[in-house]
Amino acid sequence: MSTHVEHAEPGIFQKYFWSTDHKVIAMQYLFTGMAMALLGGYFAYVFRMQLGFPNQHVPGFGLVTPGKYNALVTMHGSIMIFWVAMPVLIAAFGNFLIPLMVGCDDMAFPRINRLSYQIFLISALVLLSSFLVKGGPFGGAWTSYPPLSASGAYNLTPIGATLWLVAVALEFVAFLLGGINFTVTAMNSRAPGMKMYDLPILIWMIVIANIVFMASAGPLIAGAVMLLFDQTMATGFYDPTRGGDPLLWEHLFWFFGHPEVYVVLLPAMGIVAEVVAVFARKKIFGYKTVLYTTWAVGFLSFVVWAHHQFVAGIDPRMANIFSVTTMLISVPITEMVFLYIATLYGGSITLGTPMLWALAFIAEFLIGGVTGIFLGSSGTDIYLHDTYFVIAHFHYTFVPIAIIAVFAGITFWFPKMFGRMMNETLGKIHFWGTVIPFNVIFIPLFITGIAGDQRRIYNYAMFSEESRPELQHLRTTATVALLVMLSFQIVFLYNFFSSLWRGKSAGANPWRSATLEWTVPSPPPHGNFAELPTVYRGPYEYGLPGHAEDFVPQNVPD
Amino acid sequence: MLERYLTAASTYAHSIDHLFLLIAVIVGVWLIAAESMLFALIFKFRARDGRPTQYITGEEKHLKRWITIPHALVLVCDVVIIVGAVSVWYHVKQVMPPADATIRVIGQQWAWSFQQPGPDGVLDTADDIRSVGELHVVVNTTYHFELMSRDVIHSFAIPAFRLKQDALPGRTIAGWFTPNRVGTYDIQCTQMCGLGHAMMAGRIIVETPKDHAAWLLKNYGPAQAAQAELPGSASDGASVVAEVRR
Repeated sequence: MSTHVEHAEPGIFQKYFWSTDHKVIAMQYLFTGMAMALLGGYFAYVFRMQLGFPNQHVPGFGLVTPGKYNALVTMHGSIMIFWVAMPVLIAAFGNFLIPLMVGCDDMAFPRINRLSYQIFLISALVLLSSFLVKGGPFGGAWTSYPPLSASGAYNLTPIGATLWLVAVALEFVAFLLGGINFTVTAMNSRAPGMKMYDLPILIWMIVIANIVFMASAGPLIAGAVMLLFDQTMATGFYDPTRGGDPLLWEHLFWFFGHPEVYVVLLPAMGIVAEVVAVFARKKIFGYKTVLYTTWAVGFLSFVVWAHHQFVAGIDPRMANIFSVTTMLISVPITEMVFLYIATLYGGSITLGTPMLWALAFIAEFLIGGVTGIFLGSSGTDIYLHDTYFVIAHFHYTFVPIAIIAVFAGITFWFPKMFGRMMNETLGKIHFWGTVIPFNVIFIPLFITGIAGDQRRIYNYAMFSEESRPELQHLRTTATVALLVMLSFQIVFLYNFFSSLWRGKSAGANPWRSATLEWTVPSPPPHGNFAELPTVYRGPYEYGLPGHAEDFVPQNVPD
Repeated sequence: MLERYLTAASTYAHSIDHLFLLIAVIVGVWLIAAESMLFALIFKFRARDGRPTQYITGEEKHLKRWITIPHALVLVCDVVIIVGAVSVWYHVKQVMPPADATIRVIGQQWAWSFQQPGPDGVLDTADDIRSVGELHVVVNTTYHFELMSRDVIHSFAIPAFRLKQDALPGRTIAGWFTPNRVGTYDIQCTQMCGLGHAMMAGRIIVETPKDHAAWLLKNYGPAQAAQAELPGSASDGASVVAEVRR
């Protein structure tokens, strides 16, 4: 079947569920990710209620028992990383934007793309099915350390543990397929004239993130297969009484797990770069330096993994090496953030909703970054490891990544995706209603962590130092702030869905942006470009002297 | 700084607290500088009529130094932090001062159990002092511990001592602590270990040699207690245990 046949008008099912169009697949990923985010948010609501108001009936859930609590925190973490951050940041934005931004009609392998989403959907369904099996969903933390995860006798959720593992493995298959597709498309399908240094930063970041993902996923998949064998065939890969070693899993998991942080961070940084350039009307400060720091981060992310294992029983001398590499990775990351801040210099900044989100990303991510230093430093990690300080730290990185940058991206490209504008007033209400409570949730948790609150505890009654009333006040404060933050998401959902139908018509280029996706109609037709574009310049030509407009699109000749 | 939030009750707690303070000062300065710069630029370069945007690539030398100088300074700060981190780590985890006594700590779903040598000073003999959930130690005495797990991974943590070490099934991990403040402190399990993870609490009671002897007498009979009440030892916990070992 030649690709041109696809231009015949397909049926509803063909169009929305069996499509190979990158934009439709992007929407599938986006809406699946948003649905999973609601579920992950609901879980956070339930276990934070238990922490804020221990042993009370939680409205909409009931009593939180220790087993349910463990399952809730495990599922919250797994879902937010594997079924929200990954599909939305990499797959939804990658799928929608790569062909549009590099100036081609679709992904290099459209059917692999369709298969990727279908496997992803199955992985989500496998995970959700674990709520229906005997014993319930897995509760051994998202890190799934054996022997706890390897034996039903220890975790009491034999089926749930296996379903969790299978779901994660399937999710990886989906993203390996996607990763190949994204990388090949960005490298090979660029419009004529588009040199490597003419690629928008976002595309580079998604490509580098995918390369990092593909290079790090292998060890974890190998580890997952061994864990699956331990669970289902009573092998002993992680059982020390039979020659196995639980530390092996920790190494394989974190060899993947730490690069994964950067896999989701980089696309978020990319989104922020695009939004900041447009709303500051500025070329990205030091485009090439941003690119080199990204490569440096991607490379260094492979040699820091054991900082998750300082006190795990590894040779203590190893901690010194991993402390050094961890401090080193702070150098390119800070440099990248400095370059973003420097981009504002000399600009003409307007604070539209997408820009508020993008600037909030920088402001909040800085806090996440500096608090990581306490944990990367082996000496202080002895005390802080597995406390709420860690939780507060990585939520100051992951919330900017998976929530703040995603909202920057959605509010920025909504006009392109659906051809209509979102409401700015509601957008700003939603912004402040999310960002302020976010800080009120996690700043108190830094303090409870410093005071010694360990993670994954459903009730601190057993611990005299942690059941002090002043710490309980902090936990309650965090819970109340979460309720406020969650309730403001209703504003977003209303704005999103009402704007789909009633939003002001957007036109092709409402933000007066210079990249290629804004040169096509909104929403872009099947095949994207009526005539494939030729590129003459870089992606951020704002304020170029000698031009009437303050921006020059990439496809405009000199 | 940490002591404001939780008592420090071991000899190395203060070195960890000082390192925390050092890092807090360094990153605090950077955080304030970066956030101030961010907000200052947002304000200074807000869109105003008649002021066009400037065309800056970021390759200009006089502007680039705004990045390269901070870049070098970050590197210097990293080195300072690395030196601090490694020296604290070395002191706490890599070397062990001579022991006054060696104890054994065993984690299992979902309790901590402890084994201390009896008057013979040797573990695994008939006079061992065994306890579950509660560990009595003498102040200013250096203990080595052998950490083990019977089932899954646990983590032996005494926040007041700033002590944390995972317990792995199949191996024995050595560590040490010297309590220097009398009192009762929490023992936590900080690694998810299953259904009863939140119930896996213990207490460590740091007491004077005299109180320790009284506790021994009450719970384990005069044989153990007599050894702890050697003359002249009441003021010096370390020597008590040394005597016990002899």
